[in-house]
Amino acid sequence: MAQVWKNRLKELVTYKSALLGMGILVILIAISIYTIITIPYGEATRLWKAGEGFWIDNPRNAQPAWINFFSSKKLPETMILDTRKGGVGVTKIMIPLRENMSKVRIELSFHYDYDDFPSEINLFFTAKYDKSSPHISVYWIKPEGREIKLKDWGISKTETYYISIDNKLANKMRAYLSNKLGKEMEYEITPDIALFAVEDESILKLETVKPLKGEYKMVIEGTVFERNSDVNAKLVVYGKVYGIAGTDHLRRDLRIALLWGTPIAMAFGVVAAVSVAMLQMIIAAVSGWYGDWVDFILQKATEVNMILPFLPILMMISVFYNFNIWVLLVIVITLSVFGSGVKTYRAMFLQVKEFPYIEAAKAYGASSIRIVFLYMIPKVLPTVIPSLVLSVSSFVFLEAALAMLGLGDPLAPTWGKIIYDAYDNGALYKGYYYWVLEPSLLLVLTSLGFAMLGFTLDKIFNPKLREM
Amino acid sequence: MPQESLRLIRYITKRSITIFIVVTVAVYITILIANMGGYVDDIIKSQTYIEISLNVRNNPAYAHLTSEEMKELINKLFEQEIKRLGLDKPFIYRSLIYLKDALTLDLGRAQYLTSDSGSRSVKNIILERLPATVLLFTTTNLIIFSLGLLGGLFLSRHYGSRFDKTIVTLSPFSSIPGWFYGIFLILIFASWFRLLPYGGFVDAPPPSTTLEYVLSVIKHMILPVSSWLISYSFIEVYVRRTFFLMFSSEDYVEMAKAKGTPPRLIERRYILRPTLPPILTSFALTLINSWMGAIITERVFNWPGIGSLFYQAVSIFDSPVIIGEVVIYAYLLGITLLVLDIIYALVDPRIRIGSV
Repeated sequence: MAQVWKNRLKELVTYKSALLGMGILVILIAISIYTIITIPYGEATRLWKAGEGFWIDNPRNAQPAWINFFSSKKLPETMILDTRKGGVGVTKIMIPLRENMSKVRIELSFHYDYDDFPSEINLFFTAKYDKSSPHISVYWIKPEGREIKLKDWGISKTETYYISIDNKLANKMRAYLSNKLGKEMEYEITPDIALFAVEDESILKLETVKPLKGEYKMVIEGTVFERNSDVNAKLVVYGKVYGIAGTDHLRRDLRIALLWGTPIAMAFGVVAAVSVAMLQMIIAAVSGWYGDWVDFILQKATEVNMILPFLPILMMISVFYNFNIWVLLVIVITLSVFGSGVKTYRAMFLQVKEFPYIEAAKAYGASSIRIVFLYMIPKVLPTVIPSLVLSVSSFVFLEAALAMLGLGDPLAPTWGKIIYDAYDNGALYKGYYYWVLEPSLLLVLTSLGFAMLGFTLDKIFNPKLREM
Repeated sequence: MPQESLRLIRYITKRSITIFIVVTVAVYITILIANMGGYVDDIIKSQTYIEISLNVRNNPAYAHLTSEEMKELINKLFEQEIKRLGLDKPFIYRSLIYLKDALTLDLGRAQYLTSDSGSRSVKNIILERLPATVLLFTTTNLIIFSLGLLGGLFLSRHYGSRFDKTIVTLSPFSSIPGWFYGIFLILIFASWFRLLPYGGFVDAPPPSTTLEYVLSVIKHMILPVSSWLISYSFIEVYVRRTFFLMFSSEDYVEMAKAKGTPPRLIERRYILRPTLPPILTSFALTLINSWMGAIITERVFNWPGIGSLFYQAVSIFDSPVIIGEVVIYAYLLGITLLVLDIIYALVDPRIRIGSV
């Protein structure tokens, strides 16, 4: 017996498609192990559900950063300048004035060397005070030296200045630019364009406007009115690319869901496929061996199951009961246990039942359980393995399908969930292709890996066709 | 032969009864799940109670009542309402009434959904959506079926050719479901090239002439049909080819070959004839399955069929619509199984003589 398996394995590696399939699966398993070790599951779900506040420093819907290697147009990355963290280009000085008052001067300067505008600009303040809030003025200095006053106002303890959606600023900039160039703007200019654009004729049209490269500086001048008062500022110039996977509409790093999707998909697919095949085989063997009323009941159960539409029932259960993914897995298995496989396997067992070695077992007084589990199931097992491997893909896609309908686990980050989010937020209309393509590619790889291995196994284990 | 036809009638009756029982059990299970074993009733009950108490408390006509009297009034009205809704009887009892209604196709009224024409009747809602689904998936499955049959025959004739090897190599791609290819097709042809619509049934507003209407529907069908073709035709051709190959190695085929029977005749008489019944069965089952199981494809392409209807119904807990759809599906499947059984009984001499 061992020799037979060894030969089959030897044969398996002679097929290119099997090698390719196994290669893909090894990579996916490696990714799964890496993920489980580096990002614990609790951490992953926490990050995924953390909400926009947590991810506020990330750009929204940013493409993966490596896109810049393939494009001559360099898209901006996110730049964060934080007075509490310091670093290059960040200075903050406090000069005591009379009594308790002090003057604060913060300078945040950075080099901008990209061919596109940032996606968003936000300025976050944290101020320390008891009664009287600090007063702040914000200035923007472009590389050619032009200074623009953005806003001045009294800030609260945590204050955010959303520069990109400051309409007053936009109107001021528009008036200034039309005046300077003597022509009207042909589009609604936004602050993130106006603050970064080259200020010549090109700025008048949306098609021609381009960013000015060079040293930018933001100057924040403030007055605090209490002895222990303090002001800190964080400027975030959001890019259009982020990390190796990009971000979604909630600024979340897609990397987390892509990574965690791997072990979840593999576990879901493999566990479902193996349990369904094994349980179906046991039912078929029992049905075939005992015959009579046992057979009758089990066969009727498969017929009832056949009449019940699988996906709709599954949808109903997951909507009403809102289970997590592993309970869902159990339900998927339960609903599939009486699937059509039972009929196929039963036909095989009916043949096996008549084999002489079963007669022999009966003759020496082997128990029914012994015969079913030790003599009949092992005989049929090899013929079942190829279809088992093939069915993994369909279970992986089933999970994605449920997620596509918005019915998956509400917590687990999975590939299907990313596609659902992308679909729901119009990724295909808006051209955020990376958002759909990344999880899709992983799904396709997983599915092809199992399918290629399965088809080859089919050739080896069921050699009926090779003789022709 | 009276004895033979008697046996036939007995066989068909027996099968009808079995299938009916199976359908009944399946429908009852659906009713249990769709009502969450009575849990949905509790939701309705508490909603009704809140509504009634709000009504009473906000009604100036009852303002003079003491809080005791008011409570009494609320309870009285609540009980009346519960009786009107039929919720006063235990769930098991009502589930049996639901079962009777479902089996007699008295599908009742939807809780929230309405048809486009404004009807609340579950039957109308389903009948309005059914044609779109039947149109799309019957077309698709007919194309896949014919491709499978012709392609399978062709490949079994040219076993081992380059074309045969290509199909075998491509068959793993069928492990990816149709809706998934659909997303890519939308990405390429709707989003990128802007050639075809993203989804839907017909342009908005619908064209006025019939010809334009038909053309518009066809335009909307191209992507969903292609997505299924990409996914399912390779495996279909592969499976048929394998099937035909297995049959063409039977002894009687060898015998016919030895006799010098022309290949076309061998194909028709010795390969197609014995393989056609199982092929037809699988086609019939796939077809009916696709009417129900294509919920995701319909969602991806925003196709207004019963799949999308089911999705809507499930997401707002509209149990009458859910049960209605499953009942119709169960009936369709049950009838198909019965018809197939009858056809087999007529065609297959083994059933006629009672050896099976």
